[in-house]
Amino acid sequence: MTELTLVQAVNDGLKTKMREDETVLVLGEDVGPKGGVFLATEGLTAEFGEERCFDTPLSEDGIIGVGIGLALNGMKPVCEIQFQDFIFPAFDQIVSEAAKFRYRSGGMYTVPMVIRTPYGGGIRGGLYHSQSGEAYFCHTPGLKVVVPSTPADAKGLLISAIEDPDPVLFLEPKALYRSFRQEVPEGIWRVPLSTVREVRPGDDAVVFCYGAMVPVCERAAERIAEARGAAVRVVDLRTLLPLDEEAVIAAARACGRVVVVHEAPRFCGYGAEISALIAEHAIDAMEAPVVRVTGFDTPFPNTLEHYYLPDARRVVDALERVLDYE
Amino acid sequence: MAADGSALLPGRHEPLPPRADWPGLYRAMLTTRLLDDRMLKLQRQGRVAFVGAATGLEAAIHGSAAAFTAEDWVFSALREGGAAVQRGMPLEQYVAHMFGNAEDTAKGRQMPNHFQCREVNFVSWSSVIGTQLPQAVGAALAFARRGEPRVVCAYSGDGATSSNGFHSALNFAGVLRAPVVFVVIDNGWAISVPSSKQTAARSYGAKAAAYGMPGTDVDGNDVLACYRAVKEAADRARAGGGPSLVALRSYRLLGHSSSDDPSRYRDEREVEHWRRRDPLDRFAALLEAEGLLDAAGREAMAAEVRGRITEAVARAEQVGPPPLETLVEDVYAEPPRHLRRQVIEALRVVAEHGEAEAVAGRFPL
Repeated sequence: MTELTLVQAVNDGLKTKMREDETVLVLGEDVGPKGGVFLATEGLTAEFGEERCFDTPLSEDGIIGVGIGLALNGMKPVCEIQFQDFIFPAFDQIVSEAAKFRYRSGGMYTVPMVIRTPYGGGIRGGLYHSQSGEAYFCHTPGLKVVVPSTPADAKGLLISAIEDPDPVLFLEPKALYRSFRQEVPEGIWRVPLSTVREVRPGDDAVVFCYGAMVPVCERAAERIAEARGAAVRVVDLRTLLPLDEEAVIAAARACGRVVVVHEAPRFCGYGAEISALIAEHAIDAMEAPVVRVTGFDTPFPNTLEHYYLPDARRVVDALERVLDYE
Repeated sequence: MAADGSALLPGRHEPLPPRADWPGLYRAMLTTRLLDDRMLKLQRQGRVAFVGAATGLEAAIHGSAAAFTAEDWVFSALREGGAAVQRGMPLEQYVAHMFGNAEDTAKGRQMPNHFQCREVNFVSWSSVIGTQLPQAVGAALAFARRGEPRVVCAYSGDGATSSNGFHSALNFAGVLRAPVVFVVIDNGWAISVPSSKQTAARSYGAKAAAYGMPGTDVDGNDVLACYRAVKEAADRARAGGGPSLVALRSYRLLGHSSSDDPSRYRDEREVEHWRRRDPLDRFAALLEAEGLLDAAGREAMAAEVRGRITEAVARAEQVGPPPLETLVEDVYAEPPRHLRRQVIEALRVVAEHGEAEAVAGRFPL
């Protein structure tokens, strides 16, 4: 076991898989000698050569389109989009092509690729380096959408994503890249997709969250425990699509009071799907309305980003509301 | 001009800016250099979050910008904020934007180095590479459709030539004969990717041929050469002769931004080579040789510009952040009810639980 940050765990996951499987390639902007702007691909070109980790011209559409072609023809590309905010020039290739190749060809052609991209706020990046666009992609059948929140999950989910037969969008919470270290198993380490992680036990209320919101929700649950002795369960969804729906329903039923937290805007955000799932399958066990804590329904600001982003203060407020509801 | 700026080389030089304007052109370049120096200092002190400096690119930026009239429009990329100042944007606005404070005309929503100024026809830019280029074509087309003798300057870097936007823009502009000048400031590096890995074309200027427009490649550290090439293109567009591509070959002397460490990917000797070709030194030498501005004049000019920057910074530091209510403004012409509710809710949470804590993270590049 080694103690790694989340971004080091991504790097370790890439190296581990590239050593094991020669068909794994990394491509993107600045992923070569610079090692990526967050250093997630540091050392890959040095170890595996430019054939297997290479800088591309500045075109996200090109990166994903070329990635699809590599995947169609027997390679396992891991494409990096430098910031999730820059993914939209490639939206067509992801949504119309990667996500639909298997279906439109009746399974004849498939796209086993991974698209890694840092998402979310917390680095003073303003409205084009901070967005959380998961909802656009979760509305796309054929894609898988994964969001780790710990170093061990980052490595384990990334290796599972690379081995997955379908295209996986791997959203990395940039705010957590270097915020803490954790022991991460060496060598091949898998965390299965479509499973949730119980971060903290409890049955007075449950918070569903993912990515950079997980530590925020943990802090809020601790504060509630200290302030009023309530036991708040925190569940990290970690794969948004396909979601482990049974686990969500079971946790909602067990706790009866639910808060959903994400950085993305509220309207048609991922929290709406969780709320609908609970309304459809657990309404009889609910003791309070579901409360969502989210970004504002605005573009991402810069100077005021700390008010836009959900923080422990806002999650505590929501937990008080669901716990006090009679 | 000669590589050391000692004289104009023999041959054709027209069109050139009037000689009387040359010291002013130098002053614009110097202002950009000094603004970048100050902003980088503030960034290191944690008072400004990010700086995308233009250091080394001043001739390309200001020589090209001087070729347009006040009525023309400019679509910029990351490093052409100095052109807005050259066109008349107040320094106070420049600095307020770098601070993202309540006096920032963009209300603190963008990262620093994303300038705008309607008074000088300088359009807001996103960080998404190349997106401004087709927009510039549309704006130019509007001038043409209304029969106005105005043109559009569309800046981009070398990296943007690989973007979808670049292709669409040049293709549309060629077909529609839009009065636009695409000014590619090739600074050698798209973050860590050298121009040699950006394109296999002979040059960026050579790309114009495929779109049916004239293209030229110019020494981007020669401010007068930059002016001349872009002025010819702007004059042609204004006269109904359609779009052009002008590639200005220069060099980004510093990192991609205040947080980038270029020693990870490029050779210091290459940087040194270009540092010896500093466009400010080169133009200063010519101005001195031509008897237009001597060392004492330059010193006085620098002191005056520094003083104005100091005043603008002092003012910016007195101004607080935009109020919380601004979060929901400008999403639409009028905030819809759900946004008004969200800001009321945010104010309630502040009243009951206190203010939000500033984020801990730093911009990585």
